[in-house]
Amino acid sequence: MTTPRTLFDKIWDSHLVDTLDDGLNILYIDRHLLHEVLSPQAFEGLRMEGRTVRRTEATLAVADHNVPTTDRGKGIEDPESRLQVETLSINCKEFGVPVFDMLDPRQGIVHVIGPEQGFTLPGATVVCCDSHTATHGAFGALAFGIGTSEGEHVLATQTLRTSKPKNMRVLIDGSLPVGCTGKDLILAIIGEIGTAGGTGHVIEFCGQAIRDLSMEGRMTVSNMTIEGGARAGLIAPDEKTFEYLKGRPMAPKGAQWEAAVAYWKTLPSDEGAAYDREIKIDVSNIAPQVTWGTSPEDVVPITGRVPDPKDAGSDAKRSAMKRSLDYMGLTPGTPMTEIEIDNVFIGSCTNSRIEDLRAAADIVKGRKVADRVTAMVSPGSTIIKEQAEDEGLDRVFIEAGFEWREAGCSMCLGMNPDRVPAGKRCASTSNRNFEGRQGRDARTHLVSPAMAAAAAVHGRLVDVRDADA
Amino acid sequence: MEKFTKLSGVAAPMDMINIDTDQIIPKLHLRTIKRTGLGKVLFDELRFTPDGTEIPEFILNQEPYRNSKIIVAGDNFGCGSSREHAPWALLDFGIRCVISTSFADIFYNNCFKNGILPVTVTKDQLDALMADAADRENPELTVDLETQTITRPNGATVSFEIDEFRRECLLNGLDDIGLTLQKVEKIDSFEAQQRESQPWLYR
Repeated sequence: MTTPRTLFDKIWDSHLVDTLDDGLNILYIDRHLLHEVLSPQAFEGLRMEGRTVRRTEATLAVADHNVPTTDRGKGIEDPESRLQVETLSINCKEFGVPVFDMLDPRQGIVHVIGPEQGFTLPGATVVCCDSHTATHGAFGALAFGIGTSEGEHVLATQTLRTSKPKNMRVLIDGSLPVGCTGKDLILAIIGEIGTAGGTGHVIEFCGQAIRDLSMEGRMTVSNMTIEGGARAGLIAPDEKTFEYLKGRPMAPKGAQWEAAVAYWKTLPSDEGAAYDREIKIDVSNIAPQVTWGTSPEDVVPITGRVPDPKDAGSDAKRSAMKRSLDYMGLTPGTPMTEIEIDNVFIGSCTNSRIEDLRAAADIVKGRKVADRVTAMVSPGSTIIKEQAEDEGLDRVFIEAGFEWREAGCSMCLGMNPDRVPAGKRCASTSNRNFEGRQGRDARTHLVSPAMAAAAAVHGRLVDVRDADA
Repeated sequence: MEKFTKLSGVAAPMDMINIDTDQIIPKLHLRTIKRTGLGKVLFDELRFTPDGTEIPEFILNQEPYRNSKIIVAGDNFGCGSSREHAPWALLDFGIRCVISTSFADIFYNNCFKNGILPVTVTKDQLDALMADAADRENPELTVDLETQTITRPNGATVSFEIDEFRRECLLNGLDDIGLTLQKVEKIDSFEAQQRESQPWLYR
């Protein structure tokens, strides 16, 4: 009888190349994703040392952060952005790494295209110089964001020197109520544990509410594990996972597919496996969630009010709250549903997949975006964009007054021209509400796609469960 | 990578929690293909107005903190994105050490790859060091990695813990990749074995 192991233990153990005397390990990396922003210095490092990429076929690059979401035929106007995107293509060509450039029909946000292509696989280790690499944990892959120097290390050695994270289980009790999504679930968890709640841990999400989520919903949950401070998120693979991956261009085929599925079925945590930490959260009574401040942990139900700093638990928290409220231009006690919205952004690696677009279109259908609101949709990939167009979702959005854009990171972080103007307030399906994230002095409220769509129609935050929402 | 042995210098007090990577280096400055030159935009939106004027209230715009080599900051420093531009900007400005009660994981790792020492202390120790740094007359701390101590202006010392391997690398300025490539045979044999057991990972 062997010791019961968690999903995390199994992946970790099967990727250990060496254990070093100093507590660090050499961990083998199966899949390495790259984008144009955080990779140029890694290639430069290789070039300076005369090193090569160890496994080009285990590496995949895409341009996503800097790419414009309009008029791509004209190229990239901003010279710095253009240089960065061109540098990615040049580097990939020189080192033999497959790359989806801006005009490739498979282009999209790195964390959307990995699963979409079947590059991300259960039981694999996946890294990318990007914190939202956590997304791929939805497939039962051990996936985490790394720095550029670590990326260079992976390119050269296909391994990472790393300490073993602790293992935490978040057990979700109950089923998600109508009107609530994976986004509401993960925001509620972050509200509970805080943005440093998972520091040093890999979080495995368990429970019926997780099983009930589609792969899209699971990706949203795992994506924002990093906002809870954790190294990675994990969700055990199941039939939904296999169904999603089957037939994807880079997924295994034929006999290899059968062998892979048989192996993937052995991955879920064993009965009685021990975690370093366990927490339980009951989601059966949550309401749609919305952030009020400048940290993802600053979250309340849509039925709630802007909190009062005088109720803060510590001085440090109180001063952070005051600063947030000042930045956000909000008064304590204001009902969340009275907050007026100027911009709506539907997109990002958190919520830009087909299911997200369908949920938003359902709300928008036959209605108009409020006069005060500028609203846009940026699908997560060019393939999703085409699928949405085949389903007629683009017409729904355009007729309502949304802008229908190309795929990329877009207004989630505004590295390209898509930014929220200073002082304007945005209901956004993205993942970070930090000061300046969507544009200098821009104010962000994180919400689900349906909530963002409802805010666009009403010109204020609304409870998507209300009859007229 | 530059070695880190012992550092004496002005410590800037940043008494805020959750200082995130978007604050340390806003995304517009990620549009670079170099590691250097980012010091002038460190904390850009806290430090300068949109037209480039200094914001006088910001600590690094004040004397003697313009020449800070150390930052003393509240809990969860460096949360947010994986951008290594955050430590590159700190380094380029002249900051070689950040002291806090906790750090976000990716930022913490990134520091060690760039010769920056992140020091984790207790809340009480942080309060004392924050007060030291806030004393404009004498805000100088000495951080000694060999002895794993911080010497305060009053001569008292604070000890800190650090992973042994990372300490060695910082003390000697060692390159991780070179060290790992010494183990290339182990990587080769791992791959050979995995290619047998999980052939679908090899396309």
